[in-house]
Amino acid sequence: MELQHVNIKIFVDGDLRVDLQQVVDVFHRWIAEQAMDELLIDVADYRHVPAGPGVVIVGHEADYSLDNAGNRQGLLYNRKMPISGSNADRFNQAFAAAVKACNLLENEFAGKLRFNRQEFELLVNDRCLAPNTVETLEACKPEIEAFLDSLGQTNAVVAHDTNGRRRFSVNVALNSPLDFGVVLSS
Amino acid sequence: MKASNRRWKEILDGHLPDQLAAEIDQFETEIELRRQGKIDEKVFAETRLRRGAYGQRYDNGQRHDGTESKTLAFPEVESKGPNTVWDAPGMLRIKIPYGGMTPEQLELMAEIAEEYSDGIAHITTRQDFQLHFIHIDDTPTIMRRLAAVGITTREACGNSVRNVCGCPFAGVCPDEAFDVTPYADAYTQFMLGHPDAQNFGRKFKPSFSGCQQHACGLAAMHDMGMVAELRDVDGKQVRGFRVVVGGGLGAVPRQAKLFDEFMLPEELLPTTQAIAKVFGRHGEKKVRSRARMKFLIDKWGIEKFKEEVLAERQKLKEDPRWTEYLQDIDQYEEKPSRPPSELPPVNGDVRYANWVKTNIRDQRQEGYVTAAVALPLGDLTGDQLRSLADIIREFTNGSIRTTVEQNFVIRWVSKSDVPALHAALDAVGLSEPGASNILDLVACPGTDTCKLGISSSRGLAAELRMRLTAKSYELDEAIQNLHIKISGCFNSCGQHHVADIGFYGVSRTVNGFKVPHFQVVLGGQWEENAGSYGLPVVAIPSKRIPDALERITEFYMRQREAEEPFAKFVKRVGKVKIRAVLDDLTQNLPKPETNPDFYADWADPRQYSLGDIGKGECAGEVVTQYEFQMTSAERMVFNSQVKLEDHDVQAAGDSAYQAMITAAKALVQIQYDDVTGDPDEVVEEFKDRYFDTNVFLDPFAGPKFANYFFAAHQSAGREFSDDSAHVLIEEAQLFIEAVHTCYNKIRTEGIETTGVSK
Repeated sequence: MELQHVNIKIFVDGDLRVDLQQVVDVFHRWIAEQAMDELLIDVADYRHVPAGPGVVIVGHEADYSLDNAGNRQGLLYNRKMPISGSNADRFNQAFAAAVKACNLLENEFAGKLRFNRQEFELLVNDRCLAPNTVETLEACKPEIEAFLDSLGQTNAVVAHDTNGRRRFSVNVALNSPLDFGVVLSS
Repeated sequence: MKASNRRWKEILDGHLPDQLAAEIDQFETEIELRRQGKIDEKVFAETRLRRGAYGQRYDNGQRHDGTESKTLAFPEVESKGPNTVWDAPGMLRIKIPYGGMTPEQLELMAEIAEEYSDGIAHITTRQDFQLHFIHIDDTPTIMRRLAAVGITTREACGNSVRNVCGCPFAGVCPDEAFDVTPYADAYTQFMLGHPDAQNFGRKFKPSFSGCQQHACGLAAMHDMGMVAELRDVDGKQVRGFRVVVGGGLGAVPRQAKLFDEFMLPEELLPTTQAIAKVFGRHGEKKVRSRARMKFLIDKWGIEKFKEEVLAERQKLKEDPRWTEYLQDIDQYEEKPSRPPSELPPVNGDVRYANWVKTNIRDQRQEGYVTAAVALPLGDLTGDQLRSLADIIREFTNGSIRTTVEQNFVIRWVSKSDVPALHAALDAVGLSEPGASNILDLVACPGTDTCKLGISSSRGLAAELRMRLTAKSYELDEAIQNLHIKISGCFNSCGQHHVADIGFYGVSRTVNGFKVPHFQVVLGGQWEENAGSYGLPVVAIPSKRIPDALERITEFYMRQREAEEPFAKFVKRVGKVKIRAVLDDLTQNLPKPETNPDFYADWADPRQYSLGDIGKGECAGEVVTQYEFQMTSAERMVFNSQVKLEDHDVQAAGDSAYQAMITAAKALVQIQYDDVTGDPDEVVEEFKDRYFDTNVFLDPFAGPKFANYFFAAHQSAGREFSDDSAHVLIEEAQLFIEAVHTCYNKIRTEGIETTGVSK
């Protein structure tokens, strides 16, 4: 099973204490500076939508957003262009990109914004490649474990969202906090 | 681009209506041909527009960051239309005829928004859906998935018959003459892809209303508006339509003019067909800004327009589809899923009470109400769409419509279910009160995503909405009932002309810098099907528009007489006095160094510039019927090659023959636009007009290429071998080239080609 279009959402620790207009401003600057590894194109502002995508940087290969789906704020990395390699490689790529964005945002809003180091969501944004079924979970479990191993997390708790109408996703609870610096340097 | 595109094609094979499946396959082939440079970029642009695939801001590969314009380094820079980069994301417009949707369609829309867009589905001011940031390569898959639930994007953009709007309360409105739904549906089906509606110089927008007095269908601002009426004829109630034509907003709006006071339903479709033919034949093609039908009517006057249409109507060949749908039209009826009941007393919950007051409306059927779902700026998420599907399954028979105010209307809610419905909507953030009042601001995409946007209409709408919501309980009822509509430019997609208070984006230079402004438009009338249009009063800097709104509403409250509506108040008081109230807001702008915020737009920190404005695609590309037919012919030859590679020799040979017929028809149609697709007729007409007259004779090859065509026709239906299919493909290609040569000869030598009908 080839999983493409991997999404990683790293949740905000506690309540969001940042004015989202400032996030809009930062995202515009990131585009001007092309601050990420992917081509950044535009900012989409959905602050007015309850439990919505929040503020999004739309890119060519991927989107980044300070997302509020499920009324949980978090940095969402949404990979749009396919990538070669194994599923574990793609999980690692998406996770590293999300961590990089979290790190940058934490620096932008020092003291006001911190991301959770022990919990994130992994989602596959393609119902055809990854129907939200137990079979999909079983098929990709070894690669999720390999990915978590590569983060040094051997006993993480992986909880599957079984709502068949939603996209395939798992919530990952780590047994020890991650060091973003280590993830970024590896 | 999605990795699953090919797989979706396999999965959905055999699950789509044949016609839709074939059209989407064609579009996919055209994408491939454009990639290979085998279709002209202008032709491809109009082709994709007619499939609903529209351009978006920055798709020229440039973005202004406030100080300078920078190139966006897209990997694939091939063009998908003039000045449009292939990899740049675009918008997909999805037609929702008369706004009617099923739960399954809502669920599919949720999936598409999540997987291909940015997670948001947007409802437009013409009841369509729009998805933004879509890659062109994903569009055929999206179209297939939509087609599997009965939705098409065909002719959602471009110079075509656009979405057929309809009153969202049709069938349940206490004031309507009769339910216009089945008529709007028949109109949609009949005009979709109709051969007589393929040669317009601009778009054509129809609309149906059930009554004259409300706004729901906005008939007066449409190219063709139908308003239901009942008349007593010989003691019997007869259904008909008051038909108006030539309305439109845009930079210079026009009220539609009366075409027929009472058109019988059996005349509706043939008359529409005749209008399409007249507009296609005589409408402006070269100057796009004067190509809408309203300009043809300006030029001719309504009487001559009517005469031409009625003469054309007499020439039309009888089509059974004109009246087939009428046979059981009286039986058309939506049914509730629950019995009628009484509305429970509204408790002390102020928010709920307010929602009931503004969002709930009695149906004409006793015991039932409609519930408006007010969407901020017309946006909602995939999760909300799925929840809405569940809600309408639970409370109704799955009856919901989109509205021109960018909302939904849930129909057939049994009154006792209203509190539970509110709770269900509230749980998913869909219980905003204030539907159709001042809080329910309408805005076009503006500078957020539109290539033509001058100012941030959505940014302003969000700001005004936030401020008005904060004090909504203090607002006088007269203020609450006002409509505010905002467009990002003069093109009026936000329908600012028909609002009590409208705004449209303009730019001014102050202190040597560009400053975003909005022109204030007052006195438009939303009711009476957009009964009158407002006029601009003064342009005010964007950041002072909230102050302007406050002053206008305060002035209205101070000066209005009794229950005077806002439009009448504006007329009585006069724009000079109103302008005086606002004048100082246009002066004494702070210097950029003291308040740079004035020099940026709402929700956008970049120093304001006009550097991102591109060429709009609203007008489409003016591509002649000939060019379209020839593109089809070339696509068919290409397909025949693909079939040959797949060893499907019969399909290869048949497709090559069809390509020849199509190319010949393209040429015939220049002189005789009523030619059908019947191969015998095409060959006969081609022979009469081009072969026997020697116009088609090749200067070097003589009649050779024409003879290929005649031979192919004589042996039509034969069995093909690998060799014979191969030969015919070669001949078809040569014949197509000869058609191009002949066409160029006609153009350069000025051979008479216009409008000769048999």
